[in-house]
Amino acid sequence: MATGQLAVWWVVASEIVIFGGLLAAYIEYRMSHVEWAGYAAHTNVWAGGFNTFVLLTSSLAAVLAHQAAESGNGRKAAKLLGLTIVGALVFLTVKAFEWTAEIQAGYTISSNGFWAFYYTAAGIHAAHVIAGAIIMGFVARDALAGRELHRVELIGIYWHFVDIVWIFLFPLLYIAK
Amino acid sequence: MSEQAGHTSYVKIWAILLVLLGVSIAGPTLEIQVVTVITAFGIALVKAYMVAKHFMHLNVQPRYVAYVICTCLTLMVVFWAGTAVDIYKQEGTNWAKLDVPAQSSTTH
Amino acid sequence: MSEATAAAHEDHHEMSFWAKYIFSTDHKMIAKQYLFTGLAMALVGGFFAYCFRMQLAFPGMDVPLYGIVSAGEYNALVTNHGTIMIFWVAMPVLIAAFGNFLIPLMLGCDDMVFPRVNRLSFQLFFLSTIVLLAAFFVPGGAFGGAWTAYPPLSAKAEYSLTPIGSSMWLVAVALEFVAFLLGGINFITTTMNARAQGMKAFDIPVVVWMIVMASIIFMLSVGPLVAGAIMLLFDQLLGTGFYDPGRGGDPVLWQHMFWFFGHPEVYVVLLPALGITLEVMSVFARKKPFGLRIIIYSAMGVGVLSFVVWAHHQFISGIDPRMANIFTITTLLISVPVAEMIFLFMATLYRGSITLSTPMLWALAFVAEFMIGGVTGIYLGDNASDIYFHDSYFVLAHFHYTFFPISIIAVFAGLTFWYPKMFGKMMNETLGKIHFWGTVIPFNLIFIPLFVLGIGGQHRRIFNYQHFTDLSSASFQDLRVFATIAMLVLLGFQFVFIYNYLVSMKKGPAAGKNPWRSNTLEWTTESPPPHGNFGGVFPTVYRGPYEYSVPDRESDYWPQDLPD
Repeated sequence: MATGQLAVWWVVASEIVIFGGLLAAYIEYRMSHVEWAGYAAHTNVWAGGFNTFVLLTSSLAAVLAHQAAESGNGRKAAKLLGLTIVGALVFLTVKAFEWTAEIQAGYTISSNGFWAFYYTAAGIHAAHVIAGAIIMGFVARDALAGRELHRVELIGIYWHFVDIVWIFLFPLLYIAK
Repeated sequence: MSEQAGHTSYVKIWAILLVLLGVSIAGPTLEIQVVTVITAFGIALVKAYMVAKHFMHLNVQPRYVAYVICTCLTLMVVFWAGTAVDIYKQEGTNWAKLDVPAQSSTTH
Repeated sequence: MSEATAAAHEDHHEMSFWAKYIFSTDHKMIAKQYLFTGLAMALVGGFFAYCFRMQLAFPGMDVPLYGIVSAGEYNALVTNHGTIMIFWVAMPVLIAAFGNFLIPLMLGCDDMVFPRVNRLSFQLFFLSTIVLLAAFFVPGGAFGGAWTAYPPLSAKAEYSLTPIGSSMWLVAVALEFVAFLLGGINFITTTMNARAQGMKAFDIPVVVWMIVMASIIFMLSVGPLVAGAIMLLFDQLLGTGFYDPGRGGDPVLWQHMFWFFGHPEVYVVLLPALGITLEVMSVFARKKPFGLRIIIYSAMGVGVLSFVVWAHHQFISGIDPRMANIFTITTLLISVPVAEMIFLFMATLYRGSITLSTPMLWALAFVAEFMIGGVTGIYLGDNASDIYFHDSYFVLAHFHYTFFPISIIAVFAGLTFWYPKMFGKMMNETLGKIHFWGTVIPFNLIFIPLFVLGIGGQHRRIFNYQHFTDLSSASFQDLRVFATIAMLVLLGFQFVFIYNYLVSMKKGPAAGKNPWRSNTLEWTTESPPPHGNFGGVFPTVYRGPYEYSVPDRESDYWPQDLPD
């Protein structure tokens, strides 16, 4: 396998155990504290659901960018990566409004165990979204100039992983009530 | 694999994912616990699998990638299995996890 | 790719000091950066041990070069001694330094596949070192809650009394983890993808196998702890209650998250040490390792098993006794592949043509001393006997009988063995042997008394045993004093090594390409290797790395890159 691709898969593997550890802890606490279901009732499932839609769509854009890069079309790949980044920005904006509303309503990270996990897990995820978007920007810039097109697939793999983490975070934080 | 065909199939996968998302949001409205668990987490597993297979192309990567991923997931199950017994229990023969606020530093 | 890189290297003009030494992407320079940082931290960690052992032997004394050790300072010294020795000595030297130096050379390529990521990993590591040491200078001082950092002591400033130090310690460890995750990716992908032509899997030298396996084990085990450390940091700084039972948390969760990593971690450092030892033994016995594939498969088995033994560190923390039974069984099981490897090492020596050079002495000492550590672990792995032994000096002596061979003895084996390749000069054999005996004998004289004290009931992490009537007898105190004096002797002999190491760089006899007449690829190039390693012409491999004393061959070694 191409070395860059191999490296990205190893990064994904190490991230799986990081998020896995965090979510395993959350699941254990959640299932042993009945009252957390009550705390969780205050998360905004529409914001969460919309963000899931945004990330899934951004993943589509990322894989289409990969397809464009495979056929050598750097401009198209860059445009599609740009769309992915827009998706990331929308995601983060929705999150910013969501968190602002929740904090103003008094649900802060130190309110109770559920909210501590909520902000920590979504926060670490958001940090990965930001990092991914930044790297994607560099890859898109290079793709536009027709350079390093293989990296479009690589940042895509990372991006899909970030999407999958959210696919699990959504039911854990928003639906299970 | 023509560009057109790949194009359609990616969009098709995306459409399926959105339908699944809708189902998972609608599930809890029925207020049946089992249904909620299946729609929320079962669908999450399906969505994750679809993203991994169709967007990350896990099925055309060398086999060992899938083995490494499965190893990571298995380790997470091992971690959960080894810790759950202690975390779930709220009390034992000689102890209990009490909801006691922290003491001030002057008491030693 | 390698030809293009070689061509690019041709037009290197004279590089500035900064480009060549500080911001280098050359794996050999990065290896030396890790090595010297690690060795410097070994002096720091050793100095801490000196201070706290002087306090234990002569309570209340004004320790030369330090002053009076207060109770809080004692805790910080003990905590940071452990933290430094594991994360800032064992790992950077065994994995990052040897891995970075050896892997491209032994695989026959010109550098790691991601040289700039490699440089970044050292920069993060260096930053983590600064953060850790800076904690000693902040108000409240450095963290003193033990290298295991159990909450609530580590989570609440009102208990730890080191509000800033606690968080700095945690951030330093987290940065170090990120540095090693990045480094590990380089080792794994380079080994998988950048081997010389003809080098099949089992033609890769064992030490490379071991470092790669260690990197994989590290990557897979550190995840929950990274998550757990973020949670602890938030408990410290943001008022969350992840580990606070009064807020719905559980301090035992931290213990699980810590040890889920903490146990595989010891095998992360053990495997490279075993690899180095086997390389040295094979060369100085002029013999192929006995059962080479079994050794590698056993190492894999150890790696797998290491993930299911962790709670033996928590036997008396209140974990479910049924789980304790399971963990006892797995812990006792893991001794099997380790013992198997040791037997195979001994079989490698049998009927070999043995030269007792300095590296070989270190390799033999590793086996002997590690075995003592290993067998004493059996008593600790059994949850029943551990009820008595936990948190006693028996544990401490056990893990020093494993860690010292790993991070000191095997490291000296590697340093003395590859010194000619790294620096182009030979070290002085006489000084090497003096240093060897002056280290190994005092080492035993320190820790055997500590076994005795442990069996006698001496708890760990106590500032002054005179406060405990059952532990302050004259005979116990005599053992403490004896161990401390042995430690002073051990520390004194390290100056022999420092002198030998530094002076030989300038004054040692020239080493030539292959002073030990070894088979592996690093010995086919200049000492020290030039930038690009092989002068643009990469070796082709025709056989495994251990074809020594092959019958019907005139020479008793058969380098991997010779066509016949």
